[in-house]
Amino acid sequence: MNQEVSFYEVKKYKTGILNWILSTDHKRIGLLYLYSILAFFIVGVCLGLAMKLELIAPGKTIMEAQTYNAVFTFHGIIMIFLIIIPGLPAVFGNFLLPIMIGAKDVAFPKLNLLSWWIYVLGAVVALMSQFMGDGPPDTGWTFYAPYSFKTSTTMLPAIIGAFILGFSSILTGLNFIVTIHRMRAPGMTWLKMPLFPWSLYATGWIQLLSTPIVGITLLMVVAERTMNIGFFDPALGGDPVLYQHLFWIYSHPAVYIMILPAMGTISEIIPTFSQKTIFGYKAVVASTLLIAFVGYFVWGHHMYTAGMSDTAVWLFSLMTFLVAIPSAVKVFNWIATMYKGSINLKVPLYWALGFLFLFMVGGLTGLVLGAVATDVQVHDTAFVVAHFHFVMFGGVGTAFFGAMHYWFPKMYGKMYDESWAKVGFYTFIVGFLLLYMPMFWLGMYGMPRRYYDYLEQFHGGNIISSFGALVLVAGLAIIIINLVTSARKGKKAEKDPWHGKTLEWQVDSPPTLENFDTIPVVEKGPYEY
Amino acid sequence: MEKVTTTHEHDHYDHEGSKLGMWLFIFTELLLFGGLFITYAVYKYLNPEAFHMAAEELNVGVGAINTVILLISSATIAMSITALQQNNIRLTKVMLEITMMLAITFLINKYFEWGAKISHGIYPGSDHLMEMSRGEILFYGLYFFMTGLHALHIIVGVAFIAVVYSKILKRKVNAERYVLLENSGLYWHLVDIVWIFLFPLFYLIT
Repeated sequence: MNQEVSFYEVKKYKTGILNWILSTDHKRIGLLYLYSILAFFIVGVCLGLAMKLELIAPGKTIMEAQTYNAVFTFHGIIMIFLIIIPGLPAVFGNFLLPIMIGAKDVAFPKLNLLSWWIYVLGAVVALMSQFMGDGPPDTGWTFYAPYSFKTSTTMLPAIIGAFILGFSSILTGLNFIVTIHRMRAPGMTWLKMPLFPWSLYATGWIQLLSTPIVGITLLMVVAERTMNIGFFDPALGGDPVLYQHLFWIYSHPAVYIMILPAMGTISEIIPTFSQKTIFGYKAVVASTLLIAFVGYFVWGHHMYTAGMSDTAVWLFSLMTFLVAIPSAVKVFNWIATMYKGSINLKVPLYWALGFLFLFMVGGLTGLVLGAVATDVQVHDTAFVVAHFHFVMFGGVGTAFFGAMHYWFPKMYGKMYDESWAKVGFYTFIVGFLLLYMPMFWLGMYGMPRRYYDYLEQFHGGNIISSFGALVLVAGLAIIIINLVTSARKGKKAEKDPWHGKTLEWQVDSPPTLENFDTIPVVEKGPYEY
Repeated sequence: MEKVTTTHEHDHYDHEGSKLGMWLFIFTELLLFGGLFITYAVYKYLNPEAFHMAAEELNVGVGAINTVILLISSATIAMSITALQQNNIRLTKVMLEITMMLAITFLINKYFEWGAKISHGIYPGSDHLMEMSRGEILFYGLYFFMTGLHALHIIVGVAFIAVVYSKILKRKVNAERYVLLENSGLYWHLVDIVWIFLFPLFYLIT
């Protein structure tokens, strides 16, 4: 086989698309995920924008209350289950993990393709809920019992879809763990492994150990709806609060499935653009594992107002605060890495800095929610929505765009347009702050979440927020259009445009089918400048 | 750390890696059932009397027979692995055939056991069940759900073993490359161990 051609040129089938959807090449699978996620992201953003337009004025603006309920439910299902959970691991993990550890592919390439197919199946089943039966689901993405088995809307496809998507997530995590255990290049000991693979390793364990719990919980809701087994129905002896426990036993660790790879990405970008080794490599690794570990024991903080013993509330609050410590360790290490580095201020670093700022706001407001007294005030208000979007969109989202720009030359062999990328970044940040900042205040003053209507006193803040949504969408459009046109017409990229030190910068852009002609032997740590 | 054997992309065979993958998958299965065991524990704690009463209605004899059947089948599949390692294909096949027969016997017993309950009007959502206490409704809900999910795993396990069996016939699974058989054995032991917990929780707690 000609080792010079990129993986794009290697074609097994005559029909173009079969080369993608039947490919077991980790790079093609990563891109398959990228395009699927991008498609769903556009839908999810449109739904989010629709909600913000509804909230631009009190009362009915563009949709009925029931439509609004369906829209926020579907927005949540898409953004959580279809985008942000697979997100960084499925796209960049697939594309880069084998290259970064010096392997030719993941441990189970066929299983990898299967998880993409399961993802598509799950997505199709979940989407069916919108077009079947008595209207789209209206429970919110959390499917809280008892409403999720009492409502007459089409719940089953949405719940079963989420269950199937969980399977896909488990298989990806399993694949990555085995890959990291078995396929690191000779000489790459655990503590010579780059930090993005480390974050994928921790994420893999969370995917593996927490997803089954939500899987079985969703199956119980299905049994409840179809067979009348009263697991969570008080009339049949069940307990709806137990549903919340089981749901959050998964869904809180799930936010670490989302944020850990984002942190891993930032840990790659910052050393490269500071041309300096990461400050406290071991501390960053340890904090990654600690976040993954402690993250299992904090789920109760979603349920302070749901009825729990005071001791449990106290413990969950304490554990929640503990998560702040490893998170802060990371932030300090990133800043210390930049200190006295030779900063190369390029767009990926812009996004990393954006991440730092937005994630800090999101993290600190998370402590407001983790403390019991303040949580009771802001529980189920716009404050929670603002916090969540700061961590998820401001954190994971910016890291995703950072990763997109950082590894763009490697994935496409082209450079993006620097000035448009900057315009996109600034528009995004301005729109983001306008959209979500006012929601902190609105929530503090008592505006509840998940209502299509509000009191007149909240009008001002909502106008700013809705205007911000428009700016944000414009920013997203600029970013996406810039990347798409650059992938077609951009300047040709070199092997190592950023002077990075990790292994992916030693292979061709875009890589060849088997990544490496010969498997490299690793002698140094990942960030030795 | 052992070195990975990568001769060619389509000929990648990593015994340890495959086994590790199977163990990880078994963890997820344990946690899947774990969610149900938690639910069981909570409701047993809240309704000790009702669980006691309802459990007395289950047929301990059939449950015990099924336990013995699964234990023997775990032994036979383990023997088939050793037989294959020693390149005794005939014995491997016999042992796997016995394993599959035992699994199907388990399912037949289960069918009659469920059938008896259903003919007495005890099944999720039945009028007769709704007249019982809440604890009993929960007990039978859990009983049908958990043993049902377990039976589903038996079916998947048999299918898995059947696939491996056909690969042994084609010599694709052989004395050098037996990890697939070993993995099906691991899976089968999982199905077995889950039943080892289900049996006392539903049949013996009286």
